[in-house]
This record gives sequence, C-alpha cells and structure tokens, in this order.
Amino acid sequence: MRYSETGFNLEINLTRGSIEKVATDPDTAELYLGGQGSAAKILWDRVKSGTDPFSPDNLLIFSTGLLHGTPVPAANRTVVNTISPQTNLMSHSLFGGFFGPELKYAGYDKIIIRGKAPDLVYLYINNDKVEIRDATHLRGKGTTETGDLLKQELGDYKVQVAAIGLAGENRVFMASIDHNHASAARGVGVIMGDKRLKAIAVRGTKDIHVARPAELFEMTHQMRRKIGESDGCGDWMAVDEDDSFHHNHFAWGNARTRRKDFWSAELQERWTHLKYDHMDRQTGCFNCSKKCRNVINWPGKPRFAYKCFGKDTYHMAAFLELDFSFEILGLAQEYGVDSYSTPQVMAFALELLEAGILKDTDFPDMPADNRGRFFYLLEKIVRREGIGDILADGVSQAAIRIGNGAEAYDHNTTKKFEQLPIKLGKLNPAYFLMIATGEKMSITQIEGSFPQDPLPTREQREAFVNKWEAVPDEKFKQYFLNWEKRNEISDQATCDIVDWNEAMHYIDDSIGLCGFVSSFRGQFGGGVAYHMNNIPQIISLATGLDMSKEKLWKCFQRIRTMVRVVNVKRGLRRMHERPPEDHWAVRNEEFEQKLLDTYYQYKGWNKQGIPTRKTLERLDLEYVADELEELGILKTEDEFAPAQPVAEAATA
Amino acid sequence: MTASTVVAKKIVKEIKVEIDKCTGCRACEMACSAFHARPRFSSINPARARIRVVVDEINDEYVPIRAGDYTPSECNGRHIYKIGGKEYSECSFCGASCPSRDYFREPDSGLPLKCDMCESIPPLEKPWCVQACLPGALTYIEREETREPRPQEKRAELEGGLESLVNKFGQDALIEALSKMTKGH
Ligand code: SF4
Ligand code: SF4
Ligand code: SF4
Repeated sequence: MRYSETGFNLEINLTRGSIEKVATDPDTAELYLGGQGSAAKILWDRVKSGTDPFSPDNLLIFSTGLLHGTPVPAANRTVVNTISPQTNLMSHSLFGGFFGPELKYAGYDKIIIRGKAPDLVYLYINNDKVEIRDATHLRGKGTTETGDLLKQELGDYKVQVAAIGLAGENRVFMASIDHNHASAARGVGVIMGDKRLKAIAVRGTKDIHVARPAELFEMTHQMRRKIGESDGCGDWMAVDEDDSFHHNHFAWGNARTRRKDFWSAELQERWTHLKYDHMDRQTGCFNCSKKCRNVINWPGKPRFAYKCFGKDTYHMAAFLELDFSFEILGLAQEYGVDSYSTPQVMAFALELLEAGILKDTDFPDMPADNRGRFFYLLEKIVRREGIGDILADGVSQAAIRIGNGAEAYDHNTTKKFEQLPIKLGKLNPAYFLMIATGEKMSITQIEGSFPQDPLPTREQREAFVNKWEAVPDEKFKQYFLNWEKRNEISDQATCDIVDWNEAMHYIDDSIGLCGFVSSFRGQFGGGVAYHMNNIPQIISLATGLDMSKEKLWKCFQRIRTMVRVVNVKRGLRRMHERPPEDHWAVRNEEFEQKLLDTYYQYKGWNKQGIPTRKTLERLDLEYVADELEELGILKTEDEFAPAQPVAEAATA
Repeated sequence: MTASTVVAKKIVKEIKVEIDKCTGCRACEMACSAFHARPRFSSINPARARIRVVVDEINDEYVPIRAGDYTPSECNGRHIYKIGGKEYSECSFCGASCPSRDYFREPDSGLPLKCDMCESIPPLEKPWCVQACLPGALTYIEREETREPRPQEKRAELEGGLESLVNKFGQDALIEALSKMTKGH
C-alpha cells in the first residue's frame, strides 16, 4: 500500500479533451518528496527548452504536498507550477486552504494540464468521475463567486474550487488563482487563463492511509496544540495592530518613498476601529489551529480576506490609508490579481504619466484623485483595455513595450519580477544572495529561518539560542551569538544561512507545509513547529519511508538543483542574478560579485550559476548533466579554478 | 416538598458549539475520521467523519454540526433562519442523514453515520472533535441532569401540595377556585 500518497496523477489534455489517471513511480517520493519537488522534475522531463509559455505544450501543474491529507497539521499548501510568460522561467506559487487535501481524498497527487480548450471550461473531479465541462456561463465571474456558483451547480458545498477571475481569463501576467480567500500569484493565473480553464472543482471521499498511525496521530496532536498555543507560529500580523514595520520601513508609491514617521498612536487607534468594525471573523486553513486570515465585509463590496502585508500594498502604492485597501481588495480579489505586484504596476504607470513618458491621452477619462485612478487602472488592466493591455504584462515587460525611457522606472524587479518595495541603507549579505539567486521570485518565499537582524545584547542572543530547537546544526547558534552588525558576518556563515533558509522553503513546498508554521516564521522569534530536526520523523511515520536529516537535506539539494536546471535550460545565467540596483543605498560591486562566486562554489555551481557535472552526479542527476552538455549549456570553461577558496556545504 | 420525592440524576454529555469562534479549519472532521478508522488513526477521510463543517465564505457561514439520526424521508419544507443579519438554511443546522443529501453516510456502503460521542473503553476525557478544535468553537460539557420524577412520585407531590392549600384556604374555597379556572379559559 502507498502511504500518505495516492500513487496517481491526473493527466488532462484540454486540446484533445482527454483525461487519464496515471500511476506514479513509487520512488519519486524518496527522491523529490512531492509538491514542487516532483513538479520540477516533470517540467524538466516534459517541457522542451524552447517552449513558449503560451504554447499548448506548456504544462500547468497543481500538486498536493507529500503530507496533505494526513493528520499533520498545517499541511495544506497546494503548489502550482508552470512556465511564466513574465519571467520565461519556472513559476512557483502556493495557496492555502483546502484544495490539496481534497484532491488527495479524491485519489490524486497531482493534476497535470496541457493543451488549450477551444473555449472556457472547468474541470470537475469527483473521486473517479472526472469531467471537462463547459464554463462559458462563468465567463467574467469573480473568483469566489465562481466557487460559490459551482457549489450550487454541483449541489455540493463540500466541493473545493480553485478559479481564475477576469484577469486570468484575459491573460494578465499578474493574475492569480484563487481558492477560498487564498490565492496563488506569481505567474500561474495567466497560464490557467491561456488554457481557457476557468476553474477546478474537486470533491474526494477516499481514505488516505498512513504508515504508523498511532505514533503519528499522537505526535501530530501534540503539534496541533503547540501550534495553536505558540506565538512562534501563524501570522501575528492578523492581530498585531501596530503595523509601523511595513509603513515606516517599506517604500510607498512605485517602491520609491520612505515615510519613516508615518505611523502614530492616533492612526493605530483609528485603523484598529476600521478593521474590527468591518471584520466578520478570522479563518484558517485545513487542519491548522491558527487563524491567519481576516475576513472583511466592506459595504457595497464583496467580502474578502487578507493575510500579512497584503492589506497594505494598495494604499501604500497609492499614498492613501487602510480604508482604500479595504475598499479595493474585495474587487481585486474577485478579478483575481496578485496584491503584491499589481499595485506596483499601477504606481509605475502613474509615475510614467508624471514623468511625461505616458500622456494624458493614454488614460482617457481617468479621475484626478489617486483613489479613483487606482480603481480606473484596475479595470483597465483586468480587461487589457487601452494602456491596461501593456500594463497587464507587469512592470518589466511594460517598460520595454512603452520604451522612451520607461525602462529606468522599472527599478524594483529581479528576473523581470516585481520585488517587495524594500529600500535600505547597508547591504545585508545574506539578503543579497537570496534576492540574487532565489528562483521563488519573492523574498518571502526564500528568507525565513535565520533572524533578519542581530539582537542588541549578548544576553538577548544567548536567551534566543538557548530555546532555538529549529537549527539543523549547532554552528547556527554560534553565528547568531557572534553577530553584532547586520553587514558584518563571515562568507561561510552567509552561505550556510542562505542555504538553510532556502532548504526549509524547498522542503515545505514539497511536503505541503505552510510557511507560517515552518520556513517563513523562524526568523521572527525562532519558535517554529516544524524544522529539520522533526520533519524527517514525521515523514517517516506518515509515509513509511526511512527518512533522516541527511536524506532530507539531500532531497532539498536535489529539488533545488532541479528547479535551477529547469531555469538554466530556459536561459537563466549569472547576469540575471542581480537584486534591484537601489535595494540598498550603499553597494560594492566587487564585494557582491566575490560573494556570488563563493556562494556558487558552495552550491556546487559554476561561474554562470549552473550546477556542475559533479554536483549533478552526486544528486543522481547524471542525465541532466548529459542533456545540459549536449545543449552546449554546461561547459568546462565556466568551471571555477579548483584552487579558489570554497565555503563548505552545511550538510553534504 | 416532602422528603419522599426522589430526584434521579444522570450524566448528560454535550458539545457546545460557538459558531462565531469557528475558523472553518475542519480539524474536527479530520480527527473524528481518524478515530473511527480501523485500525484506529490508520486513515483520514473527512467524508467518514461524524461531524461536518458547513462553510459558505460568501455569506460568512461556518457551522460545525454532528451527525444525528437517520431519517428515511426528507423534510417537507425548510425554514430559513436569519441570525445576526445572515441567512441560514435549516439544512445547515440539521444533523440527520436524510435522502436529500450524501452527507453523513459511509462513502463506500452509503450507510448512515451517527456521532457516538467517541465511545471507547476506557472512555476518553473529551471527544476527539473537541480535542482537535483549538479555536474553541467546540466545548465538551458533562452536565448532571435532574431526571423528571416518576408518575407516582408526582402524585405524592401533588397530594402534599393540595393538602397544604386546603389547610390554608379551606376545602370549599379551593374547589370554587378550581372550577372557575377550568371554565374561564
Ligand atoms: S498558520 Fe495560518 S496560513 Fe498557515 S496553515 Fe495555519 S491558518 Fe493557514
Ligand atoms: S463526538 Fe466523536 S464521534 Fe461525535 S462528532 Fe465528535 S469526534 Fe465524531
Ligand atoms: S475544529 Fe473547531 S474551529 Fe475548526 S472547523 Fe471544527 S469546529 Fe470549526
């Protein structure tokens, strides 16, 4: 019997209208876990390097995590992967809620979609009954609205729906896939729309078996309580009314303006009222004891829910206040656009107008006030109307299409993707490496285990490390104890920290855990529920695999490498690995490039950031090395001279 | 009250539901299905749970409901309840496994499911759905219920009461009052 997995994928070809249930290789879990890990392998195997993202041959993959459907709390992140038209690289995206576990209960680990439907369709999965159905009656419907309509149509409120809105239908690059007030951004909604797939509705009533039931249940029950009671887990921003952090430290407008004294007690009092006067409740995701989403009911607008920084992005881009975000978010969520990148695209457009690069005639009938302008731009973008058609390609590509100096206003992207609006003084070396080399596109998907900043006194640092269970190796405690100034830390420590931060995300996104109880949360307080010291045991109990810390680390390295080679095959090289030039005020090109060299060597990559044959062979990826050599991508002349100093990998 | 009145007591097990605290996490469904799996905890399948959470995020409706009795026929007409500005269908609160829906039925056999309060030997301290509900929407309550006295006990009590009224007002006045009461209304 397969434990924790179903052992089947659904293969859907929308061009032909075919549906196949395909048994998966039982060894895949041991090598790639599941989720993003095994999806990256599928993209490598099946999407040729020259494939245009809008080609029917591009795949859109919905993956459950290895632990979805088991009693493991907070294992509910569904992963969506494809090739993004915005970056021409692998899209990595996640959404919380209930979809992944439901898909497992229906009997599938993944849905792999290729081809394009002739017109709008939805996929209905009810255990073994799988149908591609007409969705033309859902054209233009909102994301949550679509979920609701499908539940009514199917006569089953237990159906879990992931849907695109108008933005996805119109192939807006910032389009998201939404489910139950959770959303997957970063380049996946556009491909779902391109494939003319409006929604997937899943209902499952089958068992998911686990290998060692009593032990796993007991252990996970304790975890659930720990998560529920701990303030080291979940999104504290759901209840912390002091949001001076984002408002005083992040940049407003088109990621330009710092307002260091914005926050005040008066504002906090006013905003707290605004929130609680309109909040229905807080909700959580499948089998998790936290409640991270605040559900807001704004008069005259659809209900929506927000998490984290998501409530700030619109009003900060528009130089307005929280009421504006509350007013626009319900609509934006129903249209299905990413709340991180979309406001930046709008602020970028208004900057171009101010600079005279775009003209008033590009914005016919646009209101004069910022509030009205943002609503106006939202409508234009989701419909790809007028200037909206260009803006819908995201900042980088819009800047190229507009030309005439617009490129200079594209100042906050890396690998053509909008970054968080953070503008700082001195460089933090670990952040330099994470933003430069990260392939999950948003820093929130890369950072997270090691604290962002040192603590001021030795006593505080000692207190921190004394209760720090999550460290994979004692050396991290030493790094933290001896860390006094943000930018003063050894290269070896920097490499180890970046590697550990990445490792946790790659593991979470393969086994399906939420970053708020694992990869993202340790940097704030250290007390996460899941870490390298307990995940191997949990995987073993659930799946029956004999997992260890060493094996799990190697899985991370293999998955990380697979994602990199998918992107390398599509053209990713060293020159693309640059954080925004103004991310820090003080820069030192020589130091940064040397650090990048050191990190590439630490990872077993060559001067171009491509994994070497030796690295690939060590990770059982010899065939990848062969192919990269055949394609002329992997070349011996790009290798580092062996004499150069090499930082040692954390866990070989 | 005379000393002869016997007050019988029994333990009533209840689960109090506070829908405003429900986050819709469905940990209750997960845990119930695990506990009822054979061998215990060996599989998870919320469709086998004896509790289900009715969720409608558009209307902000979150109602955990436990499986009650099987009914062979569906009800003829349902109420719509308006509570706190939100409309709920009667179905949202109904735990019956009835012919009009698939809920609360074993997915394989279609046999009705019923909450058994996690009966087990030795008994659990709290049912599993309550243990899994960290947000506090479900609370387990054991209540001592005073059982209704049996008919002969009631009769003794009635006679005792009448006797004291006769002593106070006299038999005639009492009969007159009783006949007035029965005619007037
Ligand atoms: S911690 Fe929050 S976001 Fe994560 S699974 Fe739990 S409720 Fe969802
Ligand atoms: S009391 Fe036990 S049997 Fe009843 S719903 Fe709760 S967990 Fe299920
Ligand atoms: S466990 Fe509690 S909060 Fe979660 S769905 Fe069930 S009743 Fe609601």
